[in-house]
Amino acid sequence: MLTKDQAGDIFERIRKLSTADETEVLISGGRFALTRFANNTIHQNVEDENHVVSVRTVFGGRTARAFTNKFDDDSLRRVVASSENLARVQHPDPDLLPMPDSREADGNADKGVRATQSPSRHFAETASITPQLRADGVKKIVDVAEKHKLTTAGIFSSSESVEGILNSRGLSKWHTQTLAEVSITMLADDSSGWQKANSPDVTNLDPHFLAEVAAKKTIDSAHPAEIPAGKYTVILEPAAVLDIVGFMFWDYSGVAILDQRSFLTGRIGSQLFGEHITIWDDVTHSLQTGCPFDGEGMQRQTLPLVEKGIVQRVVYARATAERMKRSEEKDKVGPIAPTGHGFALPNEMGEMPLNVVFATPQDPQTLSQMIAATERGVLVTRLWYIREVDPYEKIVTGMTRDGTFLVQDGQLRRGVRNFRFNQSLVHLLSNVEAMSVPVRASGEESFDMVVPAMKIRDFNFTEVTKF
Amino acid sequence: MREIANWALNVATMRGASYADARIVSQRSRALTTKNGKVGSASDSESTGVSVRVLADGAWGFAASEHLSRSGVEATAARAVEIARASAQVKQEDVRLAPEKPVTAEWTTPHTIDPFSISVEQNIALLLNIDSELRSVAGVTLAETNLNFNREEQWFVSSEGSAIHQTKYSAGAGYTAYAFAGNEIQKRSYPNSYGGQWQNKGYELIEELQLVQNARRIAEEAVALHRADQCPEGTFDIILDSSQLGLQIHESIGHPIELDRVLGMEANFAGTSFLTLDKLRKLRYGSEMVNVVADARQEHGPGLGTFGFDDEGVPAQCTPIITNGLFTGYLSSRETAHTIGENRSGGTLRAEGWNRLPMIRMTNISLLPGTKPLTLEQLIAATDHGILMQTNRSWSIDDKRYNFQFGCEIGWEIKYGKRVLMVKNPSYSGITTEFWNSLDAICSRDEWTLWGTPNCGKGQPQQVMGTGHGAAPSRFRNIKVGSAYKGS
Repeated sequence: MLTKDQAGDIFERIRKLSTADETEVLISGGRFALTRFANNTIHQNVEDENHVVSVRTVFGGRTARAFTNKFDDDSLRRVVASSENLARVQHPDPDLLPMPDSREADGNADKGVRATQSPSRHFAETASITPQLRADGVKKIVDVAEKHKLTTAGIFSSSESVEGILNSRGLSKWHTQTLAEVSITMLADDSSGWQKANSPDVTNLDPHFLAEVAAKKTIDSAHPAEIPAGKYTVILEPAAVLDIVGFMFWDYSGVAILDQRSFLTGRIGSQLFGEHITIWDDVTHSLQTGCPFDGEGMQRQTLPLVEKGIVQRVVYARATAERMKRSEEKDKVGPIAPTGHGFALPNEMGEMPLNVVFATPQDPQTLSQMIAATERGVLVTRLWYIREVDPYEKIVTGMTRDGTFLVQDGQLRRGVRNFRFNQSLVHLLSNVEAMSVPVRASGEESFDMVVPAMKIRDFNFTEVTKF
Repeated sequence: MREIANWALNVATMRGASYADARIVSQRSRALTTKNGKVGSASDSESTGVSVRVLADGAWGFAASEHLSRSGVEATAARAVEIARASAQVKQEDVRLAPEKPVTAEWTTPHTIDPFSISVEQNIALLLNIDSELRSVAGVTLAETNLNFNREEQWFVSSEGSAIHQTKYSAGAGYTAYAFAGNEIQKRSYPNSYGGQWQNKGYELIEELQLVQNARRIAEEAVALHRADQCPEGTFDIILDSSQLGLQIHESIGHPIELDRVLGMEANFAGTSFLTLDKLRKLRYGSEMVNVVADARQEHGPGLGTFGFDDEGVPAQCTPIITNGLFTGYLSSRETAHTIGENRSGGTLRAEGWNRLPMIRMTNISLLPGTKPLTLEQLIAATDHGILMQTNRSWSIDDKRYNFQFGCEIGWEIKYGKRVLMVKNPSYSGITTEFWNSLDAICSRDEWTLWGTPNCGKGQPQQVMGTGHGAAPSRFRNIKVGSAYKGS
């Protein structure tokens, strides 16, 4: 693993090679290992170590970036030259700002937001996981599958990673993190069940428990019945919630508003969702992971995106905030200031919130309470292959998967065949009838979030598939 | 590089591996984009490393490293063996590899112009020229363009004696015009959406695409969509243009024929497949005129699935997938070939880069063109009432690859053999085998294009791979249209 001191040395060597007005170096990488199993067998088992240095140079408002994973003198000379050659031939960009210094990056540009420290996200026990320990974890999962006469597929992964940014104005930031993840699918002849969890601290994971929950879903959903498509009350487990709502967070971006590709264009400040929906972006939250600074080194700030169903604001990279202040939209978008959510420059997307946290509702209900209070509905474990159908109405389509159940008269009755949905996210978040306490959830369609389970009325299933 | 790779084989063999291969890969890429008259991003990237894949105690181990020193490579090989021994503790049976004759070979993507020899100034000027054309049309609110070049050089050696040096080039380019008005965002893309057209070629691809010449028409269509009627909902005959049909092939034929999916190896992430082993040579996948091949050979064309050898040293091949409508073949590897009674791999194992494990990936999965001369205009003329759909906007399919739904950027209602009306937000849905059995016309070779899909995701950790899909416009009878917008 690359250390902060080694990164500093690489930066100094690059700075000496650079002839640019300004120079920025991003460093990322680490060790990643993943043990993959299927048919009760470890069938893939991989580990890799890689670090990437990228160099951004600036000449009079012109900038570009080049990447390498080799740190010898020739490679660094080449990557600096590539970056400079790309930058020099461009037209000056009047929106490009000087690189931030440490004072600007750490300062709280927007006085209306919280400033707190992120907890440590590096755990020695996770960093020291061996192939043997992962195999032991997989064995526990396979034992559960065999006990229930099922087959299982999934992963047990672990990683130790670094992210750093240094620039010629003296900014220097470094972040280390570990992450362990378990994902399990249990399969029977005509049913399946799924669970997934991850944490920087591997001791928070319980593969045996996750395997038992996935196995129970598989057994309980056996011999699924076909019920017709239509509008149903649904209970989405947290992973299903994050995978579907994740599709709207690209739009909580100043650049998305300026580009007129956000569904929030003309809607900020309006009651877009139900009154009990409050959403923050909070990198410091105890259940969150990730780096506390953005692609320019700006400290990520904690801020409200939605309060009581009203969209409050979007996030900003430094240059986006300046552009927004000069735009016709400036009086329609709430607070405008750099928030520490920018991507590494240069880029076209600007920024987005990556540490989404749903607020705990006033009267949280457990999944069991939601089921007990449902006359007829569908419980959804997981959603799959979600894609945007309509960008402004925010209609998304996708499928249910790995544990879809009919709820009737307050009880889980049986497994049902999987549905296709076409659902507006605006309507979805306006039709929430109950929520659980938010938890850290992980899916496959969106980034990890802290989200509740949700009971939602009039969810729009449009077709049924064959299983 | 071959000597470095051999260090890995020696250590793996000494540590008890019954099979080992090593890949040293050096990748170079350039990505340029513009947005509304400015360069959006400009980047060059280089990455080099080694990976070692071994069988020990009958199980797989894989390790990869950026370190190419002798000590680094040998440590990586030793780690791969250690990982394989851990894998062996949770197994049902030993891995079996289909035999493959060792080869020593060199292969390079045929190309006329090295894309990295073209100046960045020239590339940016091209993109800004397109951007200017797009934004010259009133009503266009956002214009985006992209240009991408890749070069990948790989040295592959195996403990069975193979030594293959392969260099692949690919290029891609495209653009999109967006028009926001009222409560609606419409867009049109060229030559295809989500990055345009990609092929294994040099810069000559960019010259062939006629990018500037089509920009104004595309922008005008994006704006005109706001005045178009909503695509009707119901059951219609539909004609798909070749790019949309390419994605339809990718999702509803390419993925379900991956043998690792069929065998459950992807069950936790990408899913499984409705094409269980009992369906081989028995299932009527499509109508009589449906002929689909998986063809990685250069003679099929410069697709993103074209190569000399796959990433376990198996030569490129052509496998009949659907023959006159009958399902006849899977995509296989050395490990999986025996499960379908084959004694040789179909040669489809590929990895995203040096630090990823090769896995079964689509090569060029192509619907062969109709044998009788038929242009798109003739097909439209022969259609009484239907909808022509062009350029993908959204795509989704279930985890066994039965139920799909696609949206397109633009549609045209056809009545009495003529395009009579532009329609917006066209979409269609169906069940895979029912859909392919409804095909009743395929345009001929002159309308056939080998499209590139540069962003196919699969595996854990996820790998992104380029695949090729040849298709000509085709007609499908009695398809469900418009449910994407029903009641949402």
